[in-house]
Amino acid sequence: MIVAQLCLVGHVGTNETGAQTLIELDNVAYSYGGGELLSDISLKLQPGSFHFLTGPSGSGKTTLLKLCYGALFPTGGQVSLFGQDVHAMERDDIAMARRRIGVVHQDCQFLDHMNVSDNIALPLVVSGRDLLSQSANLSELMTWVGLKSRANALPPELSGGERQRAALARAVIMSPDAILADEPTGNVDWEMSQRLLRLLIELNRMGKTIMVATHDLALIRAAKTHVQARVLRISNQRLQLAGADL
Amino acid sequence: MDVSKIMDFVAGDTQADRVVPPTGYTASLTLFSAAAMAFLAVFAVALSMATGRLADRWGSELAQSSTIRISAPDGQVQAQTEAALRVLGTTSGVASARALDEAEQRALLEPWFGPDLPVETLPIPQLIEVIEEGAGFDAEGLRLRLAAEVPGAVLDDHTRWRRPLVDAASRLRTLGLVSLLLIAGTTAAMITLAANSALAANTQVITVLRLVGARDSYIARAFVRRFTLRALLGAAAGVFLGGLAVFFLPAAQEEGGFLTGLGFQGWQWLWLIVIPPLAAAVSFAATRAAARKTLKDLS
Repeated sequence: MIVAQLCLVGHVGTNETGAQTLIELDNVAYSYGGGELLSDISLKLQPGSFHFLTGPSGSGKTTLLKLCYGALFPTGGQVSLFGQDVHAMERDDIAMARRRIGVVHQDCQFLDHMNVSDNIALPLVVSGRDLLSQSANLSELMTWVGLKSRANALPPELSGGERQRAALARAVIMSPDAILADEPTGNVDWEMSQRLLRLLIELNRMGKTIMVATHDLALIRAAKTHVQARVLRISNQRLQLAGADL
Repeated sequence: MDVSKIMDFVAGDTQADRVVPPTGYTASLTLFSAAAMAFLAVFAVALSMATGRLADRWGSELAQSSTIRISAPDGQVQAQTEAALRVLGTTSGVASARALDEAEQRALLEPWFGPDLPVETLPIPQLIEVIEEGAGFDAEGLRLRLAAEVPGAVLDDHTRWRRPLVDAASRLRTLGLVSLLLIAGTTAAMITLAANSALAANTQVITVLRLVGARDSYIARAFVRRFTLRALLGAAAGVFLGGLAVFFLPAAQEEGGFLTGLGFQGWQWLWLIVIPPLAAAVSFAATRAAARKTLKDLS
């Protein structure tokens, strides 16, 4: 059902090269005025891969994710989105890339004056899609994330778990190539975090590239039984591939 | 921008319009400011028009005519008038000259003394109207010749008192135009402030829209359209009220004819139609600049 749903929505930009690297960081450094937060980061997100990004608070997980969707520009090295160097991208190019990268934040923000259903459909609206033709997909997606009954609620009325699921639904409605989630389970209980994880795994099985930043090792362990996930750890400003010792 | 684009812009995209939350009170402030500025603009335009008319009228109608006044003892008026007409007939730059008859002289005095004045019993001077042609005549030379041949004649070539009035009228017209520019600038400043506060109040909306892949132009349009339409509506209301006020201004009397009425005449009313679209254009440019500046600072 979900496969049908997401395929119907279709791609924003076609992936011309097939197995092209979606997001590539090459020797990237990032510093906030005060000093270097990240250095020597090299990473390739291949289509269909599943990555966890972990590390202590303040180690730069969110910064790394932001580099991956063009919200921040590297202060050193090179970041490419869909083969394009972010420094060479116009603001409109970044906007187009965002239509192919779904992002879920820990404190996800919505348009508080519009109901949940409209918020989830927002990416379709801003990209000029015909909403009527997408209404069946929207409704299926709402069912998939379990928000069917909350369709007319306003975002401030949602619980933490509902907000996360709404954000995930909004992130996937454009059928993006990659989904980046920043602590998606940070504000929800264990059961809800398992539910969100299952949704992410399902998306990965449909070929979506997933990267989840989390400090929740139990979540990573739970995921590893269902999906082949790589675990990246930020430590001393650098990115390491964590072993199987989790 | 072609017409269909403007129509699209005015019609808007209801979906896109909804992404920015409605704002009741800043909206009415913008409407009010636009209306007030348009109201003032109506008077600035009226002032420019009236002083423009004044300057034109005095500049063209009077520039081509002069007056010769003949004050002489009773028996000599006729002879001196004829002598003056002879002199004028041989002066280059004079197209025609004629002595005003009694009825005309009485009509000229009527505003000052009333209709029942027995003009014929008064020793009023005879007036000769001189119509100039081409570059006009040499006033100094004519004065000298008249002094020699017609001792009772005084040439009044109007420029002496006309020029400062024409200058003043032109200056007033310039001031009116400067006022219009100031009004446009103030409108732009107010709309920019309002747009900036709206953009600042909607940072979350803009962040969310950027996150889900909205282009800057899409986000800017949602704000620009609102402020442009508000300025258009506000200015239309202001122009309507200002126009009514000008329409009901007491009309200038015929007797005070040299003080043209401060209203609009004929096609000049059409200038009022121009004010709301101009306000909308100013608002469009101001909001777009504000939105672009704000968006540039967001990721």
